[in-house]
Amino acid sequence: MAKASRLAFGEALAEVGETNPRVVVFDADLSKSTMSMLFAKKFPDRFFEMGIQEANMIGAGAGMALSGMIPFVCSFACFITGRYDTIRMSVAYSKAGVRIVGTHAGIGIGEDGNSQMGLEDVGLMRGLPNMIVLQPADELETKQMVRFLANGHDGPAYLRLTRQTLPDVSPEGYRFELGKGMVLREGKDVTCFASGGTVANALVAANRLAEQGIDARVVNLSSIKPIDVDLIVRCARETGRIFTVEDHNVIGGMGSAVCEVLSEHCPTKARRWGLLDKFGESGTPEGLYEKYELDAEGIARRLAEFVKETPR
Amino acid sequence: MPTAASPTTDVATLKEIARKARINSIKMITAAGSGHPGGSLSATDLMTTLLFREMRHDPKNPRWEDRDRFVLSKGHCIPAWYCLLADAGYFPESELMNLRRLGSPLQGHPDCTVLDSIEACTGSLGQGLSIAIGIALAARVAKRDYRVYCMVGDGEIQEGQVWEALLSAAKFKLDNLVVILDNNKGQIDGPVAEVMPLEPILDKIRAFNWHVIDINGHDYDQILSALDEARTVQGRPVFIRADTIKGKGVSFMEGGIDWHGKAPKKEEMEKAIAELEAA
Ligand SMILES: Cc1ncc(C[n+]2csc(CCOP(=O)(O)OP(=O)(O)O)c2C)c(N)n1
Repeated sequence: MAKASRLAFGEALAEVGETNPRVVVFDADLSKSTMSMLFAKKFPDRFFEMGIQEANMIGAGAGMALSGMIPFVCSFACFITGRYDTIRMSVAYSKAGVRIVGTHAGIGIGEDGNSQMGLEDVGLMRGLPNMIVLQPADELETKQMVRFLANGHDGPAYLRLTRQTLPDVSPEGYRFELGKGMVLREGKDVTCFASGGTVANALVAANRLAEQGIDARVVNLSSIKPIDVDLIVRCARETGRIFTVEDHNVIGGMGSAVCEVLSEHCPTKARRWGLLDKFGESGTPEGLYEKYELDAEGIARRLAEFVKETPR
Repeated sequence: MPTAASPTTDVATLKEIARKARINSIKMITAAGSGHPGGSLSATDLMTTLLFREMRHDPKNPRWEDRDRFVLSKGHCIPAWYCLLADAGYFPESELMNLRRLGSPLQGHPDCTVLDSIEACTGSLGQGLSIAIGIALAARVAKRDYRVYCMVGDGEIQEGQVWEALLSAAKFKLDNLVVILDNNKGQIDGPVAEVMPLEPILDKIRAFNWHVIDINGHDYDQILSALDEARTVQGRPVFIRADTIKGKGVSFMEGGIDWHGKAPKKEEMEKAIAELEAA
């Protein structure tokens, strides 16, 4: 069912709490927004309200992890990844298995504006050794990632979630696997790598482009680190053009990660789409997606432009 | 000396200005469909007194170098300040209804890059006091006599950076700096006393070597005398704890946390305005 990934996260958290008694959750006065309250209600003894203290929360989470617990620490993406040195030392360097959860990713949050938008978080987290970076595209994938983080993974992790509702995009029977991307639509003229809030729009864009004679492949790149090198190289070889789209600064984000792989393994013409080294602003979520061309029309326009400008 | 803050604005006039600001805050948050009424209403009397009585400033020259500065560290409560800025003549009142709209200088949180009557970009809590300290230190370096006012929230001061700032302002003996704590006792996840207790707050701040004043933040005589007292303090920064009511002036918003970050619906707006007009 179409659902915000933060809501799917809260539901999954309450679920894993039942089977895994080592799961503990922290929040910094945003449990109603991150949806960690769904866990808090069910397991008050394993939920810790830290108040507006993100750095302290991350540190306490590290202590829990170093004592054998499985902590999820939650806040908005911008606030939590903003406590960078704490994450760097107490979590990543210490190999403390803190599951850092950043919700309200990107301009998709709308009216609150730039101060509440996570727009550089992927770049920050990706740059830390030992850290994995995941961004689910829909409810099914979010729930699988939470289960993976609780029961199938031991180490620092960053999970990036949306405020806005995300339509279902994963095929039936989909299984999330760390380090694997998922081809959602085949195509031979160009590959569009999308992640999180832009995946569904990229799919709609690809369908529109088919009417214009452009056959675009769409890949959900939800495992941003580790990244699916083989799939990226294969797509580059097969389609000859690579386009990336994300609700994040193009510098440092998923698109940068894809381009790093391309330039080392299979140099290919590429274009990164997202926020072009800009901060966000206030507006309706729809209005902002239109302005920054992250809605289906915008993505289709930019994809078509790229294909036309780029001979193979 | 150009100044819009007339020392003669009497209390009755201040109250009228505050009433209008509360009404406009409710209207603009309703029109925007999102925003933070609770902490905007609790802060309105304090903000009104600052802009219309205490501070030296000039709406025709927002970046006048000798102006007193106001840093709203709890940036989400900016609607109330926008209303007062409009009333003082910084921009047309019609702009208020564009709050949070695409392209509007009235961003959801204060943005000094698009609105020149804003001193600092805030909205990530815990950062404003450090900025205010820098502004106060700059006055010392540039040998200017402006004063700096910084408003913080009681939830906000749970942030560690605030306590670093409190230490340093005392070290630098910033007697041109006044912090006003809007002590409305609510945050998002619950009452401050439950989420992360602060008490005994005044003892803590005193122990950090600040001059502390404790007032009712809706009582104009107390606000005025606190600001008067603050101007006489030498060699120490001043911390005013203003006891306030979250949602002050609208009965169904008062006291709780439900209206921290929720826009009223049209009927609720009308009810709120009727109450504010009758009060
Ligand atoms: C660093 C940071 N963490 C979390 C938030 C989200 N947030 C916005 S308002 C708020 C509660 C603020 O409470 P308080 O300071 O008491 O403000 P008031 O009650 O006056 O509105 C929170 C947690 C934020 N803006 N910044």
